Amino acid sequence: MNWSRTLTVARTDVKQLVLAKDFWMPMGILGSIFFVIVPLVLLFSITSLGDVDAVRSIADTLEVLPERAQAQIKGDTPQGRTSYALAVFLFAPMAVVVPLTISTAVGAATLVGERERGTGEFLAHSPAGTKEIYLGKLLASLLPGYFTTMVGFTAYSLIVNLIVGPEVGGWFFPTTQWWLLMLWVLPGFLLIGLSLVLRLSGRVKSTAAAQQASGLITLPLIAVSYAQASGAIYGTAGTTIAIGAIAWTIGIASTVKGMSAIKRQRLLGVADGV
Amino acid sequence: MTPNPAPPAVSLQGVAKSFNDVPALTGLDVVAPDGQITVLLGPNGAGKTTAIRIVTGAMSTDAGTVRTLGLDPDADGEEVRHACGVVSAKPALYDRLSGTDNLRYAAELHGVDKRIIDDRIRSAAGRFGIEHALASQVGGYSTGMKTRLALARSVLHEPTLLLFDEPTSGLDPESAQAVLQLIRDMTTDGHTVVMCTHHLVEAEGLADHVVVLDEGTDLIAGPPAELTRRFWPEDSVEIAVEGDAPIDDITVLDGVRRTEPSRFGTRVVLDDPSLTPDVVAALVGAGHRIRMVNPHDPTLEELYFAVRRSARELAESTNPPAPNADREVAR
Repeated sequence: MNWSRTLTVARTDVKQLVLAKDFWMPMGILGSIFFVIVPLVLLFSITSLGDVDAVRSIADTLEVLPERAQAQIKGDTPQGRTSYALAVFLFAPMAVVVPLTISTAVGAATLVGERERGTGEFLAHSPAGTKEIYLGKLLASLLPGYFTTMVGFTAYSLIVNLIVGPEVGGWFFPTTQWWLLMLWVLPGFLLIGLSLVLRLSGRVKSTAAAQQASGLITLPLIAVSYAQASGAIYGTAGTTIAIGAIAWTIGIASTVKGMSAIKRQRLLGVADGV
Repeated sequence: MTPNPAPPAVSLQGVAKSFNDVPALTGLDVVAPDGQITVLLGPNGAGKTTAIRIVTGAMSTDAGTVRTLGLDPDADGEEVRHACGVVSAKPALYDRLSGTDNLRYAAELHGVDKRIIDDRIRSAAGRFGIEHALASQVGGYSTGMKTRLALARSVLHEPTLLLFDEPTSGLDPESAQAVLQLIRDMTTDGHTVVMCTHHLVEAEGLADHVVVLDEGTDLIAGPPAELTRRFWPEDSVEIAVEGDAPIDDITVLDGVRRTEPSRFGTRVVLDDPSLTPDVVAALVGAGHRIRMVNPHDPTLEELYFAVRRSARELAESTNPPAPNADREVAR
């Protein structure tokens, strides 16, 4: 295993993505909608409305949250408590949805794309091993989604602290649970999704087919991630660490299996009926 | 005691490969001598590209033995591919990247020392006349520029064996000639070149060694001069006279073996080509007005068609078509 070659494959793929405006423009828009526009509108509306019936009604619904979560909610006013609860608990799953959507879109096209463009021939004749190519492609698919999420997360943190902070006695975000979600749980789920999508990308006949089929993998995974992200935020730090550990274990096992599943001649588009 | 000849750079023996039960190679034997240009000649679908892919280990075989630079590409793939420079039928370049980035990617994958990569890129690009376009995105290159960049990429890591699959595909005649000249120049540096083509004119004058392929197997192999001698062991001259008068009586001359009708006149088979002026003088003396005298110097094209014709005849003699075959096809 030559890590230098793996990083070369990853760096070159990322460079191509950066040069493709038609790729990063939608990616930026998606991240902005989920991390900036929706939270900004929602949190700003709630904190601006003041102590009105609508906000009080929403505040009442917070009682459905687990007791432990309710105890964490800060703020003395209904709008303060409501905006705090939304900022900390409601938006957690989107932190998983955005990178999974972006990364799987990149990952689905990566191997089959080499074959469609004819550049798979170059890679197949190169000294790079199939494991190095697979891992390089996995890194290159993971980074754009994770990077977008971290940039979005930074913007989201700023919005939350600036809008909700004054209502609850100062800056409070990210909470410990959020740090664990972003740095520990999320990469694990990304690894699971990408390891599966890359294997798919190495098998199908066209990018269009890869995109379609990757939806079948990512949709259930997004649903599971959504539930687990909520659990991670509502639960204790221990629960979050355990969820992350399970995700990492499955992700690593799936990656190791994926590394062995990629065959050199699949890059040429002639293996096993492809 | 004669020294042992250098082992061949490439040796395929009895190689077979099928895709979904469709045979692509069937018992293919190819030997590419070290330091020479070997041309794999054959129509589309003959198995040339598959053979190249097998040589580097990009594709495995179903049967047979492969040795590339003495190594087994299946077992020592990384080492084999490191020693090979490949130009595919499609240039296989990254359109969004610049010429420099394409070359840098290849250099890094081949493990070229980072301190000398820039020098290697400049040198390879200069050699193929593409240095002025290195900063531009490859997507904007012409087909000729892409081929030159692909050729530059193939030599960046100083490989021992160069494998070119239809390197002039899609090029205009001038660019194709320039590319062939560059390939010719490479063997003077000691490289071994294996090139696939179905353009007979390209192979003419370029090939030190020819392998004619058809339907996944080799029909004939060897140096062109040796092969033409094998197919046309006798010297002859084609002569045409005004009025297409018969000149069969020339066989009475010493050294003239026989005559036979040819495309433009009469083919006169001689013991020695130096007898041609005597034949011409005798014909003029007999009152003939000579329209054409063409010593028969068989081209690779003639050889190719002769080989394919004889292979077809052999196949038909061993597997005669069924009496109702034509009707079956028509149906």
